[in-house]
Amino acid sequence: MIERNRFLSILTHLVLILGVLVVAFPVYVTFVASTHSMEDVVTVPMPLTPGSHLIENYRVALAGERAGTGTHAAVSRMMTVSLVMALAIALGKIAISLLSAFAVVYFRFPFRKACFWAIFITLMLPVEVRIGPTYKVVSDLGMLNSYAGLAVPLIASATATFLYRQFFLTVPEELVEAARMDGAGPMRFFKDVLLPLSATSTAALFVIQFIYGWNQYLWPLLITTEERMYPVVLGIKQMISSGGDAQTEWNIVMATAMLAMIPPALVVLLMQKWFVKGLVDSEK
Amino acid sequence: MAAISFRNVVKRYGSGKQANQVIHGVNAEIAKGEFIVIVGPSGCGKSTLLRMVAGLEEISGGEIAIGDRVVNELEPAERDIAMVFQNYALYPHMSVFENMAYGLKIRKLPAAEIKARVDKAAAILELGHLLERKPRQLSGGQRQRVAMGRAIVRQPQVFLFDEPLSNLDAKLRAQTRLEIQKLHRELGITSLFVTHDQVEAMTLAQRMIVMNAGNMEQFGTPEEVYHRPASTFVASFIGSPPMNLLKDAQGGRVGTITGIRPEHLDVGDSGWEVRTETVEMLGAERLIYGRLNGEQIIVRVAENERAPAADEVIRVKPREDRLHWFDAGSGKRI
Repeated sequence: MIERNRFLSILTHLVLILGVLVVAFPVYVTFVASTHSMEDVVTVPMPLTPGSHLIENYRVALAGERAGTGTHAAVSRMMTVSLVMALAIALGKIAISLLSAFAVVYFRFPFRKACFWAIFITLMLPVEVRIGPTYKVVSDLGMLNSYAGLAVPLIASATATFLYRQFFLTVPEELVEAARMDGAGPMRFFKDVLLPLSATSTAALFVIQFIYGWNQYLWPLLITTEERMYPVVLGIKQMISSGGDAQTEWNIVMATAMLAMIPPALVVLLMQKWFVKGLVDSEK
Repeated sequence: MAAISFRNVVKRYGSGKQANQVIHGVNAEIAKGEFIVIVGPSGCGKSTLLRMVAGLEEISGGEIAIGDRVVNELEPAERDIAMVFQNYALYPHMSVFENMAYGLKIRKLPAAEIKARVDKAAAILELGHLLERKPRQLSGGQRQRVAMGRAIVRQPQVFLFDEPLSNLDAKLRAQTRLEIQKLHRELGITSLFVTHDQVEAMTLAQRMIVMNAGNMEQFGTPEEVYHRPASTFVASFIGSPPMNLLKDAQGGRVGTITGIRPEHLDVGDSGWEVRTETVEMLGAERLIYGRLNGEQIIVRVAENERAPAADEVIRVKPREDRLHWFDAGSGKRI
């Protein structure tokens, strides 16, 4: 909006504030619920101002010392599992996608096109579609209840490969030739030229893939049967008893939910700088 | 410094029946330290020829030798050459210093030696104050100099230039042309310079190769190429305005084409009858466009001579010793 109109700017701000409220209110309720005792949370209506049990609730959640039904695993352990899984998925995807895109774009080998299309077609097959066979493979390999089982099946990524391929295609041919004249071999060129040039794309991908990994629910649900390998997103669900509200300690569940939100939020906040940098001085 | 030999060099793309031959057997011997310009219209194969020397294109037939080594099977980095690209091809994420040092770093030269070489090249090219900058913070002319610096620090046997001036504006181009000449005088390294611009070719070359449709039309000094063009193609490509090529000028034999440069025609009382069409004023001279027996002819006269009106009949006399004859069929000089 270029024109300066008092009414319009008030209106736009109203709409924006309304949007923020719609998004922020549930988060606020979660936070408030995580600061009350179990009895206060289940009263109707639930109080909407923070209570006095904040530190106690979070300590109980992190240590896994609560009394109610459902899993009693410590949230600190769950967070560690989630972190390892999300990092393994994000970094693994980036590493594999970079290398496969590099191969598809810069090397002439038989069935190169076929390889690219094979990768591309897997875009149409998300985890959910191939979950049965994937489970069979992972369980036969004895990877149930392990970090490898959590991360490896989610690492292969057509999206990221495709993104890097498109980026590599925009790198001028002359740059490749200049590197050849300078005596840089393929991996040297990859390390010294392609990696630094794709740093901003990599940062963006890392954020997206970290959150994707962190938020995995269905896959961990299938392959983890032991509490020690629960990621936090799955752990929240397992804390809620299926028998009815009475035994569920909602305050602890909400505290866990708040804790589960922190790492992805941190990643976005910290990496945002990189995005802006990448947008402002695009190096190509 | 090394000599370069082209021995029956052929380039074709594809194989079998679909093969598309783009270079049809080039033979040339280039002496040590010579500055050679390869010139021709776009698509004539001049860049392909250069890239074959560089090792960026495979050689389909014949041999190229640098010094006394046949380089057909050698990787670009093993050929001891350096190339300046049309778009400079600087690494965008490296500083000017790193760009120039990269090739030396890969060759595992000691850091002190790298620094000394880069500093020396930077001094020659007046880049000393820019060494910490990134390529995007440089102007076109500065980038061009960095690209040359990257070639110089390698201390190669041969410099290859692939239209390095075509992205510069006219003034900078003239200036850089002089710098390249100066550089060649100082370093004395054998150079191959590709361009489509005949002015660049004439001013830079010690000898020039004129290419057309994958064939070498002529290989000689700029004077030879200008004064004794080997074919009608060379005659019309080199020189601006081009040489007049007349199919039935008076005095010409049947089956020949008569060539005469516009500046070798004198307006006077006798000679060919030319009906003028337009007159262009270029400052120091005028170009008279006219028709001689229906064929176009251009006459160049000094600005102090009388300018004929349009549609006037004037008489022009060719200087006999400046006439050229070409075979009408093959276009070759007779």
